[in-house]
Amino acid sequence: MAHHDHAAALPPLKQVAADYAADKQAFPVPWGKAMMWIFLVSDTFIFTCFLTGYMNVRISTMDSWPNPSQVFGLHLFGTEVPLLLIAIMTFVLITSSGTMALAVNYGYRKDRRNTVLLLCATAALGAMFVGMQAFEWTKLIMEGVRPWENPWGAPQFGSAFFMITGFHGCHVTGGVIYLLVTARRVASGFYDRKGTYETVEVAGLYWHFVDLVWVFIFAFFYLW
Amino acid sequence: MTQTAQPAEGHQQHPLTVYLWIWLLLFVLSAFSYMVDYFHVQGMLRWTLIIVFMLLKAGLIVAIFMHMAWERLALKFTILLPPLCLLVLIGFMAIEGDYTFLTRGAAFVR
Repeated sequence: MAHHDHAAALPPLKQVAADYAADKQAFPVPWGKAMMWIFLVSDTFIFTCFLTGYMNVRISTMDSWPNPSQVFGLHLFGTEVPLLLIAIMTFVLITSSGTMALAVNYGYRKDRRNTVLLLCATAALGAMFVGMQAFEWTKLIMEGVRPWENPWGAPQFGSAFFMITGFHGCHVTGGVIYLLVTARRVASGFYDRKGTYETVEVAGLYWHFVDLVWVFIFAFFYLW
Repeated sequence: MTQTAQPAEGHQQHPLTVYLWIWLLLFVLSAFSYMVDYFHVQGMLRWTLIIVFMLLKAGLIVAIFMHMAWERLALKFTILLPPLCLLVLIGFMAIEGDYTFLTRGAAFVR
């Protein structure tokens, strides 16, 4: 124990502070981006737990699972179109991911006007998605779907549906607010004064993640 | 995909066409996965197609839209490796679900 560097000689809490505050950086990216990525990893675990729980109850139930293709079908012009609303929601979300990617791109060009416009377009598409989800929830609740029962089969269907799509819808809603706040900051010239638009990319990471989660929900809950 | 010179650290500036192509590809892949349901593909083929289209879409979003393809290897490891342990959870829960199903069958259907 003879050879300590100077940090080890500090009292324990000072040592912790010295270690955490030391001038070293693991990832050469803006700190906001590293933190957003780490948050998204934790969010990945949460959504995977939901989807795994859904898988578990769907495997273990003795009743037949309601057919999502019919449950989420829409009656249009006298014919039943399977899964129509969900397909439209999927396309809306992918469109919003595209406009978001463009917003980040124009941000790095320091094109303030186009960045604001694209951020607002992304937020509008997100709001449209949430609106359609509210319509879907209303329709299913009117048809008698509850977290503990539904007219078509395994009662676990309702709880899995409301938990998974509800949690995702909250993410989209939060994202819309986040994007509008970011758009306002861009419009105010804040990032021009700061000299970098990298914060727009951080917001973009969150938004693309919301789209990413929908890819998995679409595959496992609606198509399976 | 990444012939472009390594951009300055933390700076993700790529040609617009890259995004537009990926955007189009995501649309096409989504249309394909919807078609799996629309044309009532069933059984093993259905599950395979769903998973393939899902992984392709997820990969494109993470690699291009979220710029992971251009990040340094240390960040890729930090972000992409920990979620792999979720595969253990999924495996265990699948086994557990089968066990519960069989137990229920043995207990209730007699």
